[in-house]
Amino acid sequence: MDWGFIFERTFSTMIGPEVVIYALAALGLNIHFGYTGLLNFGHVAFMAAGAYGLGVSVYYFHWNFWIGLGMAMVYSIVLALILGIPTLRLRADYLGLVTIAASETIRITVRSRVFKPITGGAEGISEFSKPFYDLSPFDLGRFYSFGPFRYLGRDLWVLVVGWTLLILLTLMVQQVMRAPWGRALRAIREDEDAARSLGKNAYAFKIQSLLFGGAIGAVAGVVQVVQKGSIQADGFNPTITFTIWMILIIGGPARPWSPIAGSMIYWSLIIFVENVLRQLSPQTRESLERTIKLSDINIGQMRYIIVGLGLLLLARYRPQGIFGSREEMALDDR
Amino acid sequence: MIANYSPTPGVSKNRPALVVKNVSKSFGGLKAVDVKHLEIESGVITALIGPNGAGKTTFFNLLTAFDSIDSGSIELFGKDIVGVASQNLAKQGMVRTFQLTKALSKMTVIDNLKLGALHQSGENFIKSLFTPIWSSQEREIESRADALLDRFNLSHMRDEFAGTMSGGQRKLLEMARALMTDPQILMLDEPMAGVNPALTQSLLGHVKLLRDEGRTVIFVEHNMDVVRDISDWVVVMAEGAIIAEGTPDHIRSNQVVIDAYLGVHHDRELSNDV
Ligand SMILES: Nc1ncnc2c1ncn2[C@@H]1O[C@H](COP(=O)(O)OP(=O)(O)OP(=O)(O)O)[C@@H](O)[C@H]1O
Ligand SMILES: [Mg+2]
Repeated sequence: MDWGFIFERTFSTMIGPEVVIYALAALGLNIHFGYTGLLNFGHVAFMAAGAYGLGVSVYYFHWNFWIGLGMAMVYSIVLALILGIPTLRLRADYLGLVTIAASETIRITVRSRVFKPITGGAEGISEFSKPFYDLSPFDLGRFYSFGPFRYLGRDLWVLVVGWTLLILLTLMVQQVMRAPWGRALRAIREDEDAARSLGKNAYAFKIQSLLFGGAIGAVAGVVQVVQKGSIQADGFNPTITFTIWMILIIGGPARPWSPIAGSMIYWSLIIFVENVLRQLSPQTRESLERTIKLSDINIGQMRYIIVGLGLLLLARYRPQGIFGSREEMALDDR
Repeated sequence: MIANYSPTPGVSKNRPALVVKNVSKSFGGLKAVDVKHLEIESGVITALIGPNGAGKTTFFNLLTAFDSIDSGSIELFGKDIVGVASQNLAKQGMVRTFQLTKALSKMTVIDNLKLGALHQSGENFIKSLFTPIWSSQEREIESRADALLDRFNLSHMRDEFAGTMSGGQRKLLEMARALMTDPQILMLDEPMAGVNPALTQSLLGHVKLLRDEGRTVIFVEHNMDVVRDISDWVVVMAEGAIIAEGTPDHIRSNQVVIDAYLGVHHDRELSNDV
């Protein structure tokens, strides 16, 4: 087994594009769920809003890339308002129902033939990110290595920008959550009536939370499609939302740095397990194929099973996540 | 002097903080509140008493817009407040506590109190980004919160999660938190329930102090000793309606009140006195 290769892959993943994208997405969800208690089960819709805000602007309206970035934010704001205005006065469950439905409605709508001229339909949109890569100081096609890390120049440029955004946004979240604004959100999460009895407009705070977290979700969507170089409707499926939830739970909700930690752990585990499975000796592979039908094709599924097992153990032995506090968690039971 | 008012239900007051007319609320077939006319004098302590299920808490909910009235009118300092949202009533100076306490469990005790302060510039999202804009206000709020914690004997719990507090401590926390809003009208739903007698005494002293500062206090209480000790005026509810009001002494000997209590629910503390 080539451990050197396995560790190179694992370490490169640990700070790689996937980690940045999912940490950004989880950062947005953390604002919604972790700090405000909003049950957003369709977070991928905000990523789609960001992606199509950019894509449609360039592909259909022929605006330039930078205007497209602004439109990504506009789309996420519109989505947050559409989701939030009718539901946030109601009980918490309604937002959950509406978000999960909305995220699937959006995916199915943008991939439909009817909207092909605007959204690219099922084939999607590509060739919209050139202005971004034109700014790259790295040679896009070259491999860069440092320590155990190894990236294509193109990805390295995404990483530099992505990590900068991620860290700045995380610091921003940390700042507002330490401020009275964040205190009001946490109070609303704990007991909305108590907050209202003390003069806090719970509805307005929840809308703001949805807007802020949604905008960060849209940033995640933009980084994702810019990195991939294409926008595919089917990429924005509910699995993504649940992966983001998992990452948030691994890190521990309502902690500013937990999305990053959760994303690193989740993705490095996935890649580590996958590479170990791929490099098992032929004899082991053969016996695994005989006993549990592990073939090349289902290694992809197998790594999820193993990571799922890890998550079960986490839920059992560290339900508060990496950064959460057990004492705080126990307060739920009183 | 409040004592000079005629002890009849619905009597007009000279300086009413609240004027309630024909307010009713039904849950299905049950008429929980049906108040024809009630005025709450400002600057005094009014006790709201009545048997279990009389509608006291529901009446509080209606006044503070935590429940919507079916019909009627409510005026706060002469302004119609029907349809005004709870949080805006709090900003207008009317703040209530809850019978079933609402401690914000996963927030520290000090944060619970700091939350209570109104008009915090740091609650604006944009301003919250820049600590210097709100830090001096935050310090002022914190010192006010610490003073209240001290007064309510909660200083030792300052940095604990509110969820770790006992039932009585939660009552205290909620009252202190309500005071952080610097209310004109403070509405307390059974504030002393579960609070130990020694502390009750000091809290009663504190409530009187609030009155002496010119604030209006309305509180629901089952303990008649407490009612007699601090209230200037007593309003009695039964089956949703105001059946009597008057000074504590007058209410004590009011046959209607005694009947209401003994008929519905034999309240030992009251009946001991009659
Ligand atoms: N949300 C509700 N739905 C249905 N019925 C309700 C509701 N809230 C209160 N009631 C009913 O209204 C009546 C008045 O209840 P309320 O809580 O106001 O009484 P209370 O005077 O505060 O009693 P206690 O002294 O026990 O606190 C009761 O019969 C109660 O069952
Ligand atoms: Mg009650």
